[in-house]
Amino acid sequence: MEEKVFSRTRGLTGKPFHYCPGCTHGIIHRLIAETLSELDILDTAIGVSPVGCTYNNYEYFACDMIQAAHGRAPAVATGVKRVLPGSMVFTYQGDGDLAAIGTAEIVHAAARGEKICTFFVNNAVYGMTSGQMAPTTLLGQKTTTSPFGRSAAVQGYPINVSEMLATLQGAVFIERVAVNSVRNINRAKQAIRKAFKVQQAGLGFAMVEILSTCPTNWGKDPVSALKWVDEAMIRQYPLGVFRGQEIEVGD
Amino acid sequence: MSRIEIDQDRCKGCGLCVHVCPRKIIVLQQDKLNSRGFHPAGVVAMERCIGCAFCATICPDSCIEVWREGGKA
Repeated sequence: MEEKVFSRTRGLTGKPFHYCPGCTHGIIHRLIAETLSELDILDTAIGVSPVGCTYNNYEYFACDMIQAAHGRAPAVATGVKRVLPGSMVFTYQGDGDLAAIGTAEIVHAAARGEKICTFFVNNAVYGMTSGQMAPTTLLGQKTTTSPFGRSAAVQGYPINVSEMLATLQGAVFIERVAVNSVRNINRAKQAIRKAFKVQQAGLGFAMVEILSTCPTNWGKDPVSALKWVDEAMIRQYPLGVFRGQEIEVGD
Repeated sequence: MSRIEIDQDRCKGCGLCVHVCPRKIIVLQQDKLNSRGFHPAGVVAMERCIGCAFCATICPDSCIEVWREGGKA
């Protein structure tokens, strides 16, 4: 007898994604949606959409969503969670949104220990605006605004957001994962699940940084982009738990 | 028999499923175009499918559903 072992999750609306072929945003959307569905919190979840390639992901998640101004998702999420403490609030932000224009908001939300989850998608480039250098762009990486490769002397160094936020007392759980292989995708899902569990237990701020690909603006085919995450990105952004290793949330 | 179904019209032909399939039975159908103008992925030898769901796990567009012989391992 055959048994269905993989179905489309009810956590997604089913509307086809507008992302470029091979962009891993779609995988991250599915992991979050599956987790919302499996924890049975679709009814109480409220997501905050960012500005960037995922500006309209409120079309894709089958839960309540709000669109925030650029970088301000953690501030909006703070308001939502404080007014509706029984809701499960998450923000979905890219590196331009979270690590550039929204740096102040994320740092203070973490420092205040807001009981929200943040999913920070790091693809080392500005995707929607067509490939400019991001704060997370690697040294030597070519972008449209660093055509000779990012140089420490001219453009400075990339920001390791997880390491930075892990120094804050209010941040309870910080982990960096990647979605460039089946194994890493399964680990990423565990991290996303743990972040929601941390919020359910009311422990404080949880963030999962997810290394993602941007084949279009990296100038690579989708499979080479997955390999570049392993070869280049993980060297600058090592995977692992930066805070909250000891937290046991159970199944 | 284990098998997969690929939604031909959702598929963007990115080839990530082709890359991760341990049995190498998924190909991009160069002779076919879907309604969005992509060459969608297809399976050439379904009888060799083991239902591992690697393809569905990595598919960025949730195009793939999987049935496994004998259910969950």
